[in-house]
Amino acid sequence: MGDPTAAPFEALEQVPIVLYTCLAIVAIAVLVVAGILLLGWWRALWHNWITSVDHKRLGIMYVVLAVIMLVRGFADAIMMRTHQAMALGEGSGYLPPEHYDQIFTAHGVIMIFFMATPLLFGLFNFVIPLQIGARDVAFPFLNNLSFWLTFAGAILINISLGIGNFGRVGWLAYPPLSGLSGSPDTGVDYYIWSLQLSGVATTMGAINFLVTIFKMRAPGMTLMKMPIFCWSAVVSNALILMIYPVLMAAYIFLTLDRYLGFHFFTNDGAGNPMVWINYVWVFGHPEVYVLILPAFGILSEIVPVFSSKRLFGYSAMIWALLVILVLSFLVWVHHFFTMGAGVAVNTFFSIMTMIISVPTGVKIFNWLFTMYKGRLRFEPPMLWCMGMIFTFVGGGLTGVMLSIAAADWAYHNSSFLVAHFHHTIIGGVVFAYLAGFVFWFPKAFGFKLNRFLGIVSFWCWFVGFYVAFFPLYIVGLKGATRRMQHYLDPSWQIYYIVMVAGVFIIAIGILSLILQLILAIIHGCKLKGNLPVGKADPWGDGRSLEWSVSSPPPPYNFAIVPQVSTTDAYWQMKVEGKSIKTSDFQPIHMPSNTAAGFWIGIFALILGFALVWHIWWLVMLCFIGAVASFICYSFFGDHDGYYIPAAEVQKREEAFARIEAKGRKA
Amino acid sequence: MSPTMIKTAQAEGHHDEGSTRLFGFWIYILQDLFLFATFFANFAVFSSAYSSGAAPKEFIDLGFVLGETFVLLISSITYGFAMIAVGKNNLSATRLWLCVTFLLGVSFISMELYEFHHLFAEGAPYLRDAQGNIIPYVNGIDDGKGGGIAAYWSAFFSLVGLHGLHVTAGLVVMVCMFVHLGMHGLTARNKARLGCLSLFWHFLDIVWIGVFTAVYLLGAL
Repeated sequence: MGDPTAAPFEALEQVPIVLYTCLAIVAIAVLVVAGILLLGWWRALWHNWITSVDHKRLGIMYVVLAVIMLVRGFADAIMMRTHQAMALGEGSGYLPPEHYDQIFTAHGVIMIFFMATPLLFGLFNFVIPLQIGARDVAFPFLNNLSFWLTFAGAILINISLGIGNFGRVGWLAYPPLSGLSGSPDTGVDYYIWSLQLSGVATTMGAINFLVTIFKMRAPGMTLMKMPIFCWSAVVSNALILMIYPVLMAAYIFLTLDRYLGFHFFTNDGAGNPMVWINYVWVFGHPEVYVLILPAFGILSEIVPVFSSKRLFGYSAMIWALLVILVLSFLVWVHHFFTMGAGVAVNTFFSIMTMIISVPTGVKIFNWLFTMYKGRLRFEPPMLWCMGMIFTFVGGGLTGVMLSIAAADWAYHNSSFLVAHFHHTIIGGVVFAYLAGFVFWFPKAFGFKLNRFLGIVSFWCWFVGFYVAFFPLYIVGLKGATRRMQHYLDPSWQIYYIVMVAGVFIIAIGILSLILQLILAIIHGCKLKGNLPVGKADPWGDGRSLEWSVSSPPPPYNFAIVPQVSTTDAYWQMKVEGKSIKTSDFQPIHMPSNTAAGFWIGIFALILGFALVWHIWWLVMLCFIGAVASFICYSFFGDHDGYYIPAAEVQKREEAFARIEAKGRKA
Repeated sequence: MSPTMIKTAQAEGHHDEGSTRLFGFWIYILQDLFLFATFFANFAVFSSAYSSGAAPKEFIDLGFVLGETFVLLISSITYGFAMIAVGKNNLSATRLWLCVTFLLGVSFISMELYEFHHLFAEGAPYLRDAQGNIIPYVNGIDDGKGGGIAAYWSAFFSLVGLHGLHVTAGLVVMVCMFVHLGMHGLTARNKARLGCLSLFWHFLDIVWIGVFTAVYLLGAL
């Protein structure tokens, strides 16, 4: 076996697609940096964003990262789809197996860990403190650090594009293929270390949000008066807390196998690859609930607002979440019924899988009953929600088909399965997160995204999804396996061609979304970044506390921490006709910014890179650097924060009150 | 408005920083427990996967490990004394007991390193061919110089090693606490830090009881 770190630039030298992509990315990066320097934005970027510990700004940075990674992951998807449309017969298509396998691995990893997860944490960050009436998260520095570690992971995975290659093992990297015997080069090491970084960041984020929700709710907001999105965040973060350590452990074992000659998941030395598969699915199945439960939370916030009715079945919703929390740990074996665990084990997991669809059904009915006899307004967020409800039910139904262990022998590893989980993840997670993104955008920036483009975006995604994935169900039933580089049955090709059409319809949806953002950026540039304060409740009929403050909210969120007595606290304020307080403010304590998180992130990035390429002196240097930065922050960092003087609070609140008064007259 | 008035006004609107930190640390410990749980489960799965490597029975010196165990347990007691001193606002006693704890922790780690070294020197973990020669394991680091490690010993070193790394991290934090105490004394923030470290230290003790039972007592059977 040769040196795993040999020929790091082979792909750049020999694969033109890789070379041109890398050149384009480097060129764009250079242009962006040059632009920032030329326009003199560097200071503002450093002080207001990179070192910021403000949960609202970190939330926005997470969303930006997620959108960029969405484009990267979607580019992978387009390549796979166009390749498969041509890949009839051996040697056809334009991607060699070596490259194709890297692409499907990167697509899965990026979409789950670097697109969906950052988007989720972006929404958590921005929304949770505002919804519970808090001024920030419990640990603002850790929040900043989490972001930069996620960022480091995302950069590391993208470095694999040019230097070396990425794993060719699928998103959960089953050994022995991912072990040294199956993957002797550094591709899997990129996979391991970028996900270790993002895993650490996600775990820290989960601790942060749990403490924030349990310790920092506004007075009077008992747990059963908390918005459902926060409840879904509690359950999702509790899941993260329990499952990410399992993934981390599995990666540590695989690392030891690969680096130090241990034998956990090998075929020799009494190792057992099936143990890995249990670990990754003990992680992996609850992970899909980590992603989908907040999606349910988002719907439970949006549907009442655009139905102008309170949420139907508030406490049923919470119990359904908690039941899923427990059940999600009892279904993991359904990912490998074919392991041969025996009738009793498979039957148990099959039944549990069917049962877990019940609490999900409860939620669907709750949203439908919320809409029933409501005054529905079909604004973009509501369109996304209705698209989600319709599509997700379909995805759930094919899930029940897959849950039947005997039938699963036929579905296992077919593209029917791939169609199923894209059905639930795009139809459920992506639609709902985009709903949340459009819904809370005006809260973050004070103006709404372009409505027409938003509607175009929704319909393109919605139609494109069905065109792209229903043929995949059909070829799956015809026997097409997943991760297939080429096929020999000519009757399949037409389906793959239809799928390409679907992907391009989705692409128009993504372009509309990006165009919306470009319009928003142009709007911001015209105002030279000084966004005027908008009114509190731009959608009308907002119900939770985030809609009670100005848009964008002031740095301190709440000038006076609100007293809560019911669910839908802001709705209650409006019913009681509470006026905004405009005098007698106190100075407000704020945490200080810090660059420590950024530097630790940079050290972690180089550490990951050095580990991948076995540069041991750099590993030591960066590890010591990261730990020393953390320790130095604890010694010399500014932990006392500062006070926003009462006069400034007064000024901001008066401006806000004027906007609100004008809004009421109009 | 005077600074004290500001502080009081804030105290009403703000949650107590120390208790938030401690609660956060409990949650951290919870997730760490899941990490250890996975390592324990992993050890259980591979608990008889010796392949051509040695069985642990011939290599475990229970007396030595019992010594290790007592060193760690006593360090927990001495940390408890340090926390009592913190409660009494007695800086010098806090330092003294922290010092004792630190030394006990270092002894524990040294004993563990000695044990690991001994196991490798005896060749216990290595996979062997039919003649009993160590099978060289070609990989990125050793390039044929090291031997492959059997699944049982892989699980052994990762579980015991994970605990050892945690103790080492605790010792590093303890060194930092000496500096913190030197800089600011027993402030509320330093007390909260010491409280978190105390949780961590006792937690590692409890985990060690599990390691001692699952790895050493059962391994010596």
